[in-house]
Amino acid sequence: MKGRIDWPAHVVLGFGVLLFLLPIWLVLAGSTLQPDEVARGELSLIPRLSGLDVYARVLIEGSPGTGPVWRMLLVSFCMAMSIAIGKLAISILSAYAIVFFRFPFRMAAFWVIFITLMLPVEVRIIPTFTVMSDMSLINTFPGLTVPLIASATATLLFRQTFLAIPDELFEAARMDGAGPWRFLRDILIPVSATNIAALFVIQFVYGWNQYLWPLLVATDPKLDTIVIGIVKMIGGETQTEWNRVMATAVLALLPPISVVVLMQKWFVKGLTESNK
Amino acid sequence: MPFLVLENLHKNFGSVPVLHGIDLAMEAGEMLVIVGASGCGKSTLLRLIAGLEVPSGGRILLDGHDVARLDPAERDIAMVFQNYALYPHMTVFDNMAYGLRIRGLSRPEIQTRVDDAASLLGLSSLLQRKPRQLSGGQRQRVAMGRAIVRNPKLFLFDEPLSNLDAKLRVQMRAEIRRLQRRMGVTSLYVTHDQVEAMTLGDRLLVLHQGRTVQLATPMEVFEHPANTYVAGFIGAPAMNFLPGVLSHQGTAVTLGNGLVLPFADGRRAGDDGRALSIGIRPEHVVLSPEGLPFQIDLVEPLGSETVLIGRLNGSEPFSVKLTSGTPAQEDVLVTIPPAQIHIFDNESGLRLDP
Repeated sequence: MKGRIDWPAHVVLGFGVLLFLLPIWLVLAGSTLQPDEVARGELSLIPRLSGLDVYARVLIEGSPGTGPVWRMLLVSFCMAMSIAIGKLAISILSAYAIVFFRFPFRMAAFWVIFITLMLPVEVRIIPTFTVMSDMSLINTFPGLTVPLIASATATLLFRQTFLAIPDELFEAARMDGAGPWRFLRDILIPVSATNIAALFVIQFVYGWNQYLWPLLVATDPKLDTIVIGIVKMIGGETQTEWNRVMATAVLALLPPISVVVLMQKWFVKGLTESNK
Repeated sequence: MPFLVLENLHKNFGSVPVLHGIDLAMEAGEMLVIVGASGCGKSTLLRLIAGLEVPSGGRILLDGHDVARLDPAERDIAMVFQNYALYPHMTVFDNMAYGLRIRGLSRPEIQTRVDDAASLLGLSSLLQRKPRQLSGGQRQRVAMGRAIVRNPKLFLFDEPLSNLDAKLRVQMRAEIRRLQRRMGVTSLYVTHDQVEAMTLGDRLLVLHQGRTVQLATPMEVFEHPANTYVAGFIGAPAMNFLPGVLSHQGTAVTLGNGLVLPFADGRRAGDDGRALSIGIRPEHVVLSPEGLPFQIDLVEPLGSETVLIGRLNGSEPFSVKLTSGTPAQEDVLVTIPPAQIHIFDNESGLRLDP
C-alpha cells in the first residue's frame, strides 16, 4: 500500500469530506447574503464579503425576538463547562470509591449507577422537572446544569481506567504515606490525565448540544442557550432573518470545534493509549 | 531484644488459611531471605509486615513496638516491589522525593537525601527523566532509591529482580547485597530463586504451604536440609532421592537393588526395615569403573560443568553433575559416596540425624 496512491479510496474519502463540509459551507455563505435573497431560495456558494458584518450584529443585537448572541454563547459555554467538569468530578470520585475502597454495598452502588445508563434525561424528564420545580430551581443556572451532571457512562469508563492501574502503585503510595486524597490528587488523576481529557471533550460537546432540557427548564430569555436561541430565531412573529440564523449557527459551531482541535492530541491519546 | 519479631503470625483469606503461625526473630542489620515456591505465602508474609494486609492473628514487633495494627506509613518500613511501581508521571527525582514531601521534610533536606541516594545508586544523571525513559535495571535502582531515601527501620524486597534479564539480575543481586551491608538496614527479601536466596541472605527462611520448614544460614540449609522439600528445593539440579530401608541395626541403608550404604556419621533411630528416603546431590555422585548402572538420557553441557539426566538401575530418575569431561557412552557406572548422603524418613520426609 505504501508509496502508491489508492485512487478509489481517495475518491470515496473526498466524497465523504464534501458531504460533511457542503452544508456547513452553505450556511457560512448564506449568512453573508441578504435575508430576502435567502428567503427566495437564491442561495449561493460564494460568500459575499460585504455581508460579513452580520456577525457583529448578531453578536451584539441578536435577532428579532431574542437576546444578543454573545449572551447565548456565554450561557452555553458555562453550561457545557459545568456539565463537563461536574460529570468528570462526580464520576472520578464514584469510580475511585468503587475501585479502591472496600465498603458494604459497594457492588450494589455500582449496579445502581450502571442501571441509570438506561435512564437518560429524555426518559426521566417529567420526574426530573418535578424535582427541580420542588427545589425552585426552574429558570436558574443550577437547574439548567445539575440534572445533566450525573453520568453513568463516565463512571464506568473511569472504573475501567482505574482497574487497569496496577495495585502496586496504590500500595507504593501507601508505603510512602499518601492518604486517599493525596493518592487521588498526586497519582491517580495525573496518571489518568489523557482519559480525563478525552472524556472532557466528549462531555463538553454533549453539554453544548443539549436542547430538550434547557427548552423545558429555562424559559427566561436570559438563560437561552445558543441552541435554543437558533430555534427561537426561526418562525417568530416577524419574518425570519435567515442570514442572522445562519450566522448564529456558525458561531454555535465554533466553541465545540475549538475544544476538539485544542485537545485533539490528548483526545486521541486518551482513546487509543493502552494503559501504562 | 531482637529488632523484628513475628509471633505466631496467621493469615486467612476468607476461609482459606495462607499462613499457619510464623515465628521469627531478626537481629538489627540482618538480611533474611524468605524463599519458597509460588503460592507458599511468602509474599503474603511480606505484605503483613509491610502493613498492606491485616494479620488474622499474631503479633509483629518492630524495634520493640507492636506494629500489627498500624498503617503502612506509620511503620517506617520501605518496600521495593516486583514491578517497581514507579509513579509514571513523575521524574526520577520526584519519585524518590514523594515520600519525603509527604513526611514534610524541608526542601534542602529532600534535595540532599535524594542526591545522596542517587549517587549511591548511580542515578545522578537520570534525575530529570521519567520512568518510561529508563531501562529495567535503572527502574529497579529508582525503586531502591525510593526506599533508601526514607532511611527506614526495615527494608522489604518483593522479588525485586524477577523482571530483569539474567545478566542484570546477577549484577543487581551483588549491588543489593553491598548496599544492604553498607547501610546496615535490617532487610527481608522474598524470592523464589534459590541462587538469590543462597547469595543474599544471612539466613534463609524456607516457607512451604504457609509454614516455616527451615530457618538457618544458607550453607546450613544446603548441607543439612530439614526435610525432603527443602532438600529438593535448594540446590540445582535438584537432589536425587532413592528409596531404601534401614538395615544393619540402624547403621546402614539398603537400597532397592541390594546395595548397602553404611552411615558415615552414626546410627539412625528405628528398627531395621524402616522405610527411608536417601538424598544425594548430583554433584556428589562419582563416575567409577564399578557401581550402579546409570543410563544417560540427556546431556546438558553448561560449560564449567555438565549435567547428565537419566535413570539409575534402569528405573529411578537420577541426575549427575560433572565438573569435567563428558562420558562418551550412554551407559556408565556411578557410585554414591556414603559420606554425602542425606537420610530422610520416607513417610514424613523429615531429616534423620544420628
